[in-house]
Amino acid sequence: MPGSAAAQTSDSEKPVPILSGSAGYFNFVTAGQNQIDAQINPVLLLPLGDRWLVEGRMECEGAFQRPAGGGSYGGEVSKNLDYLEADYIANRHVTITLGRFLTPFGIFNERLYPIWIRSLQQDPLILPLSAESNDGMMLRGGFPANARANFNYAAYVSAISSGHNNLQSNRDVGGRMAFFFPGPRIEVGASFQKLLQDTRTNSFGFHFAWLSTRIPLNVHSEYARSRQGSGYWVDGAYRLSQLHFWQKVMRHTELAGRAEQFFLGSISPDEAQSLGLQAANTREGEFGLNYYLRDGLRVVSSYGRQFSSGGNLNLWTVGITYRFLFPLGRVGQSLSAEGKAEQRSPAPGGVSQ
Amino acid sequence: MTKSLATLLCMLALSAVVFAGDPSRPAEPSANKDAANAAAVVHNDDADAMRVQGEQRFRANCGRCHAAPQKFPPRMMATVLRHMRVRATITDQDMRLVLFYMSQ
Repeated sequence: MPGSAAAQTSDSEKPVPILSGSAGYFNFVTAGQNQIDAQINPVLLLPLGDRWLVEGRMECEGAFQRPAGGGSYGGEVSKNLDYLEADYIANRHVTITLGRFLTPFGIFNERLYPIWIRSLQQDPLILPLSAESNDGMMLRGGFPANARANFNYAAYVSAISSGHNNLQSNRDVGGRMAFFFPGPRIEVGASFQKLLQDTRTNSFGFHFAWLSTRIPLNVHSEYARSRQGSGYWVDGAYRLSQLHFWQKVMRHTELAGRAEQFFLGSISPDEAQSLGLQAANTREGEFGLNYYLRDGLRVVSSYGRQFSSGGNLNLWTVGITYRFLFPLGRVGQSLSAEGKAEQRSPAPGGVSQ
Repeated sequence: MTKSLATLLCMLALSAVVFAGDPSRPAEPSANKDAANAAAVVHNDDADAMRVQGEQRFRANCGRCHAAPQKFPPRMMATVLRHMRVRATITDQDMRLVLFYMSQ
């Protein structure tokens, strides 16, 4: 190993606690009704020793609307603890997670939910078909299955928690498994969840993700089915960096689109609405245009059209998202390939163009 | 307790025992050892080859969900990658190579 590489082994690479997260401001216009939405979602990452990581995310959101008869904007500020978990990296195959964790059902909830990651700010229609957070224990990990595929999995059990609104959890058992093929950059997987209380129903789903190796395009998709309903979504995001005109602008510009459908299951429309689902079978198409102002700072916009037996409507979104990342300690210096010290400032943000 | 719950618990316990007892390669998740261990992963290659592999793994794994992040100081990258190892279930080998690449 060359000396420059060996130089990377110093204690200066000991992990440091980090405060990260995202902030956003949006105008959602749904069927002509304007909603102002401001949110900040801090994420704390606290590495302990060689094997532990304590991490948590809060969601603080204010949603304000004008009353139907007119007047000034009003609304509530909600605070939710999305997850607060202790991860123990037992070995290269298994990480043990204890606490409140994001439910590993599909890929949207765990990976694509943060506002700085998602290309379109509207939630998929099928998102409420599974729990978003659970309190309990989880085993998870990822490792090479062979030379061409990596296997990843998550399996969990959770307990009922109803004492505090922000910490609610069902008694569930479930998991997800997937294969990722690094060559074509394709991931396919399946999820399962069984509710161990009340109706004791099952939910299952499949997901697909593809990151093109030729063009700056990524595609994600999910299908889910449960007693409450079923449906799917497919979305894609394409960076215009390959266009040969207006390159200064185009390389910061992203086009996004999503098609989705929801079918109401064997529950009443009122029950569906109380769960955050659509009250009737629904189809939706949405197109977005995002512009990256700088690392971690992005202007987002989208238009969608929803079709359902309850009535068709337009969905407009305009907003701005920001991702921050700050060390909570001394970060030291990084070394260039030549072994020359090069001070890096703890830059906020985190998305390159 | 339902049959399915019991089955899952047995499965979890079994997998924990099997994997935790894997003697072929002891776990070394220490972030400050990761760059050194990356050398063992591809010990026949030089730093340039490791950097290329690290970049490939970085694009394949990180780009699946979000735009590629900029490089941060090594101590921050070590934390971020430990987080992503858990969140995105990226493999131990990929994490080491990405950390090596991002620490350059």
